[in-house]
This record gives sequence, C-alpha cells and structure tokens, in this order.
Amino acid sequence: MSKLYSGAEIVFKCLEDQEVEHIFGYPGGAVLPIYDELKNHSSIKHILVRHEQGAGHAAEGYARSSGKPGVVLVTSGPGATNVVTALTDAYMDSVPLVCISGQVPTHLIGTDAFQECDTTGITRPCTKHNWLVKDIKDLSKIIHEAFKVATTGRPGPVLVDIPKDIQFAKATYSKPKIEKKLNGKSKNYYSQKDIDNLIHLINKSKKPIIYSGGGVINSGPEASEALREFVQSTGFPITSTLQGLGAYPGDDNQFLGMLGMHGTYEANNAMHDCDLLINIGARFDDRITGKIDEFSPKSKKVHIDIDPSSINKIIKVDLALVGDVKEVLKSINKTFKKKNHDFKKSNKQNISNWWEQIQKWRTKNSLHFKNSDETIKPQHAVQRLYELTKNNDVFITTEVGQHQMWAAQHYKFNKPNRWMTSGGLGTMGYGLPAAVGVQIAHPKKLVIDIAGEASVLMTMQEMSTAVQYNLPIKIFILNNQYMGMVRQWQELLHEKNYSESYSEALPDFIKLAEAYGCKGIIAEKPDELDEKINEMVQFDGPVIFDCRVDPNENCFPMIPSGKPHNQMILGPSDKDENKITGKGKALV
Amino acid sequence: MANPKSAYSVPTKKEKSDTHIIVVWVDNEAGVLARVVGLFSGRGYNIESLAVAEVDAKKNISRITIVTTGTPQVIDQIKLQLKKLVPVHKVADFKRDDKGVIFKEMALFKIVGNSSKIKKAISACKKYDAVILDKTKKSNVIQITALRREIDKMAKNLKKLGLVSVSRTGAVAMTRGEKIFN
Repeated sequence: MSKLYSGAEIVFKCLEDQEVEHIFGYPGGAVLPIYDELKNHSSIKHILVRHEQGAGHAAEGYARSSGKPGVVLVTSGPGATNVVTALTDAYMDSVPLVCISGQVPTHLIGTDAFQECDTTGITRPCTKHNWLVKDIKDLSKIIHEAFKVATTGRPGPVLVDIPKDIQFAKATYSKPKIEKKLNGKSKNYYSQKDIDNLIHLINKSKKPIIYSGGGVINSGPEASEALREFVQSTGFPITSTLQGLGAYPGDDNQFLGMLGMHGTYEANNAMHDCDLLINIGARFDDRITGKIDEFSPKSKKVHIDIDPSSINKIIKVDLALVGDVKEVLKSINKTFKKKNHDFKKSNKQNISNWWEQIQKWRTKNSLHFKNSDETIKPQHAVQRLYELTKNNDVFITTEVGQHQMWAAQHYKFNKPNRWMTSGGLGTMGYGLPAAVGVQIAHPKKLVIDIAGEASVLMTMQEMSTAVQYNLPIKIFILNNQYMGMVRQWQELLHEKNYSESYSEALPDFIKLAEAYGCKGIIAEKPDELDEKINEMVQFDGPVIFDCRVDPNENCFPMIPSGKPHNQMILGPSDKDENKITGKGKALV
Repeated sequence: MANPKSAYSVPTKKEKSDTHIIVVWVDNEAGVLARVVGLFSGRGYNIESLAVAEVDAKKNISRITIVTTGTPQVIDQIKLQLKKLVPVHKVADFKRDDKGVIFKEMALFKIVGNSSKIKKAISACKKYDAVILDKTKKSNVIQITALRREIDKMAKNLKKLGLVSVSRTGAVAMTRGEKIFN
C-alpha cells in the first residue's frame, strides 16, 4: 500500500513536482491546513501580500516576466472574490495563473456558511477552467491538470477550489503524467501549403506590414528570436500592439512603434495603406482596429494565432495559420530561406516606394510634444527615465491611463518579458503588485512601475509587501492630480466637464513612503529630474517617486472617434480641423 | 445610436442571421451545463431551445442540443468558443433547413373538456404521432413529436378545444442514413 498524504500535503507535493518556487497568498480560515503545511516545504517560498488582488497581480507580474505560471493561494469567500479582478485581468491578457482557493467544508457547501461563496460559479467566466474538489482521490490529478490547462494552448488563469475537509482528508499521491503531446486544445492547424501561400503573398507584396502582439511574448523567447529573423530576412516594416512591445527591438529602424489608438502616425498609416498585413500573435482588439469597416481596406490579411477562436472573430482574414507562434515562425523562416535566398536584397526595389512613404510619415514626428523649462512634461519624464536606465536590464510595469500610453510610446524595449501592463482589462492598480511579482522573479534586476497617482493608490498597500521582502521596486508616479485619461476624454468629448476626475485630497507621497518604511523622492522642476531619477535608481530599496508633471497634458497622437487609422489627431494644435463631432463621439 | 458619447465603436452593418442546431458532446460532470450556457449568455449569443441528457453512461458523456440564431460569424464563434471548453469533446452544427438531418421536439398537452372536444383534439394531433398518456372522463394527456413550428401551431389550435397545460422539450437532432455527426 502506498503512503497516504493529507490534502494539504498533496497540494505541496503537486507544487513541488510542478517546480513552483513562489506562491503569492493571504491566509484565512478555509486554507489554514494548507498554511500549516507550508513550513515542511522549504523549496516553496510564500509571499504574503496585503490584499488578494495584489496576490493575483503579483503572480501575473511573476508569470509575464519569467514565462512560468504564477501561483496564488487565497481563502474562501472574500479571499476568492478579491482575486476575481486579477483572474479576469489574466484571462484578458492570456497570463498563466494557477489560483488555489480554500472552501468551506463539503457538508456546509450551499448552506450560506461563514465565508462561503460560489467560487467556481463566480470565476467560471474569468478562468480557462476551474474545479471544485469534492473527493480527495481527485486532488493530485486535478492540480496537475490545472497547471497543464493554464500553461498550454493560449495561456490563462485556472482555479482549484478545495474544501477544508478535503485538505485534512488522506489519499495517495500521483505524480504528473509525462506527456509528449500538448493538450488537445493546442494543436497546430496549418500545412506546408499555407506557408507556401504566405510566401507567395510576401513575394507579391509591394506595401507589406507585420503587426505583432502579445502572443509572440507568450510563446517564449525563441518566438521573439524567430520574429526578428523573419523581419530581418523580409526587410518588412513591423509594428506592435501594446502587449507585444519588446518582441522586436524598439530602437530598430524597421520598427514603426506601437499602433492603435495612441500608436504612431507611421504605424497607423502603414496599417491603413498596406497591401499585405501579417498579424502575428495579436487579436485585432478594438483599441487597435478603430473603425472596423475602414480597417486596412486594401490589404490581404494573414493571421497567425494559437487560438482558433481568434481567427475571423473581428476581422475576416484571407489566410489563417493556427498554431504556436514559435513553431509557425520557425517553419516560415525555414521555407523562406530555402525558397527566397537573399530576398531582402532582391526585393528592396519592390518595396522601396513603400519605405519612402513610411519615411515621409515618420517626419511628422507624431510622438513630439512641446517641452517646457517650467513644468515637467510627463513625456519628458518617461524619456529621461528611459535614457538614464536603458543600459540596465530594466523591467517596467505600469498602471492604466495616460502614463501607461506615454510609457509605451517613449520607453523602448529590446527584449521580451520586460514590459508588464494591463491591456485587455485595463486594471488600474495593476502595476505596483505586478512589480512586486517581477522583483520576486528577478531579485537582482531594476524593476520600475511607471504609475499614475490615481491608479497606484488603488493597490498602494502592497508597498508593505515590498518592504517586508526587501524588494527594491521603484514606483515612478507621474503625478498630475487628475485621472488623466478620464480628464482627456472629458475634455475632448464632454465639453471640459471634468466630472469627478480631479483628486482633491492626495496624500503626501513622501510621508506615505516613509510611513511604509521606504524612500520618498519628489521632483517638481525639469532641471532636477535627472539627478532625482539617478538617486532613485541608485537607492537600494523600494522608492516612491512623486514626479509632479503638467496637469493639463494630453496623450497624443490619437485616432479620434469614428475615424479610420489614416485620420489621426497629432497634437493639441491639430484639434480644430479634426474636431470630433456628432457620430464620431461614439467611437473614441 | 442610443449613446453617442460612448467609448466604443458603434455596431457595423449586420449580416443575415440563420437558425442553427449545435450539438455538443461533453463530460457529464458538475457545472458543465453552466459552462456551456454561461458561454452563450456571457457572449450575448441566443438560445432558442436546449436539450441535454447523458447518452453514454460508461464514458460519462452527455449530449447537448442547442437551437440558436446568429450571423455566420457568430455561429463560427459559438463553435470555436465551445471547443475551447475543457469538458467539451466534439461540436457539430447544421442549419435548421438541412435535409440530411432529422430534428424533433416533444410536447405534452393536457386537454380538459367534454368528450367531443377531447375527440376533436386527439384527431387534430393524429398526424404528429399522437400518444394518449392519461385518460379520464373529463381530461386527456396527449403526447406529440413534431417540429417547433408545428407544435406552436397545435398549441394555438388546441386552445379552443380545452387545452389547459403545455409542456415541451427542446429539439433533439440526428443525421439521416448511415452518416453520424463528426
């Protein structure tokens, strides 16, 4: 007879066999047996957060910066409901998370017991799959399956709900099955013929563009390598979604910058005018496409994605290659090399007019802003931060809003997994706990949360976590005293009625930093910015940096409401001729 | 446009909607129906009728038959999204007017009235394989199997003949001939 283990022991044996090193969690009544078992497993370190949402975002930051699944441990009821925002965020941005939640004992389920909630019911629409463990014999199998579902195919969050009596009950333990095949939901559905078709389209194209997304990052560093090879060997211009930044070097000449609502003029115009659009691991999000009817009207469209349901969901495509981006790109590169030797050179003539056109768009310098000697412009602050830190291997997280877009526009990423931001769900309060998770995964690296003062206050309590574990995260707050993106939309769409978007009573961030036991820095004038940023970077410990920026600055360029990609507003002076009126107001 | 100041795009022109029958083979486990139905409600797809029961006790497989309407793009999404659910094994789909497929619904009618009305009711039901399930002097329970619109029509016509209660199932479907869904 093999040895019997308690449910709590089985949880840890599973985590050990899944090579989990860190879990982010918060104890409570219904998970106490698991917490009791923690002391016996030294290879697993528990990070105590201050709110379960923080645990979820920290696990997301950990997962996105390391490529490993993030693990969350929470109690029943409020513990589980608090983590729902983070699960939804992970679901929207395809981040692999395994959340283990405690539940009231089996015999009390359905009786409205203390701290009971229908956790699997609540999390069903925001996880890839979830399980309520009703029999201790299923526990090890379910946890192993949970890791498999979270990490294979299009990654995402899963949840395992374990009643307290199951944590005490005993059963034998079974190891994860070693499988060569990924699960049935992640097969490759493309043939050599599809690749030949793609290469045919590439050879014919005179105005091509590659549009890459978060799928390239999710597919692992090899996918970024393959993407670089593909872009280099075709000589085609490439643009990236918010989530895809870093897959292709941000300072390379073939890179046109980010596309979409706050993307560059050259990227959006190239998307509109191209005759071949190759989407690699992106999903035609509505912040990217603008008006669907007029989206890239003259192009043949190719879509490479691991999720079959992403194909033709928003935009009908001419050629779909369903599969892991890494595998697909490798096959394409292989065939391409064989068939199109020295393509870049021989095709140069073919697309030279296109590159000339792109250069013309580039001269608009759409990320330009009017700098000032008096007040710190937020764009300037991000640019200085980039210049002063670019020689480190920096990991950047953000909150959500104007600062997020400025970070995406002005901070350049050269490596994948260096940029963690909440794109799909747009969760304010994401960046600080995410930075905690990133720093746990990369203890020696510089981790900066480019934040807004409104967002960061939503999860500010996690500074306490950072201090407890000596995590030297830098919270770089672009403080404009407004919910800036809300204010911008109110200015453009609601006749400057700044309804409830001004923060009347902000805390003194220096004192707040000191109260948490970390360092506070304030910068108010442009001429002190560099010195203060250096002070922040050099400080060995967590820092809250209060960067007082111009409160009236808006985020440009911008695709105005109801307009296609080729009708962007470039800046405040451009507004009059391009005023958003009538029907257009709907479409921001 | 209801709200011209929304932050999102307005719907673009719609394609024509069609009625489809979606057949889904799933593991018969707790919550599986909620997953399937939740997918429909969560993504705004419509369910006209639903029939579900275990069909293979040994392999623990249930078969769900859903009648839905949607544009070709929506129907495609329904199938692809269903296939992503972990307990889903297989998804089949066909149009309601597909000649190669039989689909049937069942209805129970309770008729209360005098014998002449009951007789008329029974004879009206005859062409839909009527079966008398219960009989008293003043009442009858009649079972028929037919298409949705036929049952709709019968239910309307039987009103004047003393119909007091109707109970109906969702549609179930099967291919004609030797072919099976795949």
